[in-house]
Amino acid sequence: MAAVTEAPPLAPVPAKKPPRKRGRWTPYLLLLPGILWLLVFFALPMVYQASTSVQTGSLEEGYEVTWHFATYWNALSEYWPQFLRSVLYAGTATVLCLLLGYPLAYLIAFRAGRWRNLIMILVIAPFFTSFLIRTLAWKTILADGGPVVGALNSLHVLDVTSWLGITAGDRVLATPLAVVCGLTYNFLPFMILPLYTSLERIDGRLHEAAGDLYARPFTTFRKVTFPLSMPGVVSGTLLTFIPATGDYVNADLLGSTDTRMIGNVIQSQFLRILDYPTAAALSFILMFAILIMVTLYIRKSGTEDLV
Amino acid sequence: MAFVNWLKRHLVVIAGLFTLGYLLLPNVVVTVFSFNNPKGRFNYEWQEFSTDAWTDPCGVADLCGSLSLSLQIALWATLGATILGAMIAFALVRYRFRARGAVNSLIFLPMAMPEVVMAASLLTLFLNMGVQLGFWTILIAHIMFCLSFVVTAVKARVMSMDPRLEEAARDLYAGPLQTFLRITLPIAAPGIAAGALLAFALSFDDFIITNFNAGSTVTFPMFVWGSAQRGTPVQINVIGTAMFLVAVLLVLASMVISSRRTRQKA
Amino acid sequence: MTTTNSSGDVRLSGISKTYGSFTAVHPLDLTVPQGSFFALLGASGCGKTTTLRMIAGLEEPTSGTVSLGDQDVTRLPPYKRPVNTVFQSYALFPHLDIFENVAFGLRRRGIKSVKKQVEEMLDLVQLGEQARKKPHQLSGGQQQRVAVARALINHPEVLLLDEPLGALDLKLRRQMQLELKRIQTEVGITFVHVTHDQEEAMTMADTVAVMNAGRVEQLGAPADLYENPRTTFVANFLGTSNLIEAEVDTRSGAEIVLKAGGGKLTLPSERCSAPTTTGGKVLVGVRPEKISLTHADDAGEIPDGRNRVTGRIADASFTGVSTQYVIDSPAGAELAVYVQNVDRDTRLAPGAEVVLHWSPAHTFGLDASQDIEAGVEKVEEETS
Repeated sequence: MAAVTEAPPLAPVPAKKPPRKRGRWTPYLLLLPGILWLLVFFALPMVYQASTSVQTGSLEEGYEVTWHFATYWNALSEYWPQFLRSVLYAGTATVLCLLLGYPLAYLIAFRAGRWRNLIMILVIAPFFTSFLIRTLAWKTILADGGPVVGALNSLHVLDVTSWLGITAGDRVLATPLAVVCGLTYNFLPFMILPLYTSLERIDGRLHEAAGDLYARPFTTFRKVTFPLSMPGVVSGTLLTFIPATGDYVNADLLGSTDTRMIGNVIQSQFLRILDYPTAAALSFILMFAILIMVTLYIRKSGTEDLV
Repeated sequence: MAFVNWLKRHLVVIAGLFTLGYLLLPNVVVTVFSFNNPKGRFNYEWQEFSTDAWTDPCGVADLCGSLSLSLQIALWATLGATILGAMIAFALVRYRFRARGAVNSLIFLPMAMPEVVMAASLLTLFLNMGVQLGFWTILIAHIMFCLSFVVTAVKARVMSMDPRLEEAARDLYAGPLQTFLRITLPIAAPGIAAGALLAFALSFDDFIITNFNAGSTVTFPMFVWGSAQRGTPVQINVIGTAMFLVAVLLVLASMVISSRRTRQKA
Repeated sequence: MTTTNSSGDVRLSGISKTYGSFTAVHPLDLTVPQGSFFALLGASGCGKTTTLRMIAGLEEPTSGTVSLGDQDVTRLPPYKRPVNTVFQSYALFPHLDIFENVAFGLRRRGIKSVKKQVEEMLDLVQLGEQARKKPHQLSGGQQQRVAVARALINHPEVLLLDEPLGALDLKLRRQMQLELKRIQTEVGITFVHVTHDQEEAMTMADTVAVMNAGRVEQLGAPADLYENPRTTFVANFLGTSNLIEAEVDTRSGAEIVLKAGGGKLTLPSERCSAPTTTGGKVLVGVRPEKISLTHADDAGEIPDGRNRVTGRIADASFTGVSTQYVIDSPAGAELAVYVQNVDRDTRLAPGAEVVLHWSPAHTFGLDASQDIEAGVEKVEEETS
């Protein structure tokens, strides 16, 4: 590191320093510490992980790079249900976040008036209580025989959800419904905030102009408001979907062994089973799967075409 | 009919408030159950009203120790990430240099990566290097993932700043350092503050990355996670409630102060 | 105002708008004849935009009704009114191209084949080439024309224009004033135009309503308003006026004789909007360009029968077409005089003693109980 900072040679500095040249090294000096940090603790670990994923051996005898790509194949063939489940749960949670979050973001942006700041605080404030504590609270809310389950039961909602296979009998806890409910809850603010930002940016006169040009309120929403909020929709869904796919906290606290997501698998491979090559391979597969999905999604939604 | 019309007009408000309720319900439960006196080890079912936990918040072994450790890590991680992040943000907005695209992706990627991937790969590095897991590895990890968020927050603020302000300062005989200290930094301050706050919140509440890289060190989220397996003491709810109240009061106070300030100016 | 065919008139009856304790528009009666170009003129915050928005249906009146022809539209939402608006800074939809912006209203009304109409409309505003561009790719003037096209294509009964030229620079504004006037003559639709620019209002409109503090101060043709202001606000807001405090001396039929600054002034009674009693106060007004300036040495050459005031030149500024003088006078502290540069009298320099004189027919009388400075500030800002 020291060698790099000393690199600019002293010799060619002219007697009268031109002021423009003084800033030549400044950007690199400003960038150096932070970028180095990311290179060493973010990029380099990826390389290590890549190499670990093609190693064989055991914890006792040590590992060796053997280019054993079969690990990937084995990992995928053994854990594809968890992969599929992760995408399914995260996708459902993302859609639910959008459906739940849009009205609230819209409310804050256009209808809240002097309540705007208060509602905004109430959206952000839960962040300040550890999310694990809040997730544990769902164990109480969805408890067997509790008021929520009781109400769903008497409305025969649970019959329908059981038939769909997302709840089991008269339980909600330890079912897919509970996990999706927790994921939705945990990532909802990540949907609301970007939605709010893009809605708030819309010039109020555009709504008036649409109304003036014979668009009814719902048409105004469909033709003007929603298209203009697309940047928020795209970044909100990404900010929800990506972390939700890799999450294992909700599946662990609110789910059962039947709701294990890929995050749970990676976590236990790494921290309990200590099968590092498999864990690294799974982690890589997850990363590439998400990168591919995100790229396709961004391309499809055509955000670059939006203003 | 009048009711249907009313419903139609207020549908979005009703739906929005429903979502707000969904968001706040767990906090209500956490608060109510901080006054519970549970039988057994788990605090999931209401038994009877009690203020025992509030009068003795540190009554559980290791709880307050883990809390203070989390605060320490969050403070150091905030300091580190804010300084490094602000430097990168200034470089990105105010200077031209090679490899800008690469730098931008390096900053974007940590935010677009599931935490578990970063956590696992960082652990691989530490294991390969034979680094002892603990306070330092947690701090290193936290600075790493907070950095990008700070850069984004500060960059947004510096970008919205009129570059002519700096030119005006230079025109009025301020050198580069003077310009930076008297013009650029004060104007960028809200962005830096926002980035620092975000970093603090992210670090303090982080579980997944810490879980991988903590070794046997126990931060507050790690304590809560452990207690979900062993038994949840009521004190967890007390601390959760207190954090919520302190945060809301701080935000309200800052809003009152800033609104009074703007009123004075007007 | 002739109402030969009143079927399409915009009629406001007693409409008012209050926000809490603030009254934006006091109860107001106004009729805009069909096919006219009508301007609401006033400083910002005078209630003109609120009035326009009540016609558009974007604000609900606190009291009163809005009618188009025989139809009461007070309770109709904007999307059911045969009225369209050209918004301040245009409010073009940024995610739609020019063609789709212009087609928006037609499509909302369920019209399927819009291509021909949109193209014709774009040709009318000379933007046929730009159809597939996005609004931000156009210049300010082009965006303004898109806004006009987007509203006009719906053949509204009334087109409302809210400061439509406010965002343009001076030269472009002049050009667009003529352009809008041309379009209005061509399509024959009623235009209601809100502006704070008195010159713009006078150039374009057939009828101007001058608004101040939520009330219409005076309504009439531009020339009529200029020559016969009835309040100090109108006198000062439309152009510049010299207002002199005077005392009524004698009244004889068609003429009122007044005492001011030691001299006597004559005022035709039909040009006095204030009640006059002998010994009472009146504000005497005269426009700066109506006044002639003669050096005190030549005072004898001034014909009889003209109003005279003596003074000393305090300041003179040459503007090319004319020279603008500021005169200190015992009658009024500072009087403005604009003299056409035909034959310049070189003696008329600061410090020179002069006589100001003008025809009594150019004099107007106002109620002296009003604020003599009302409407002044804005004029200075506008002429700068």
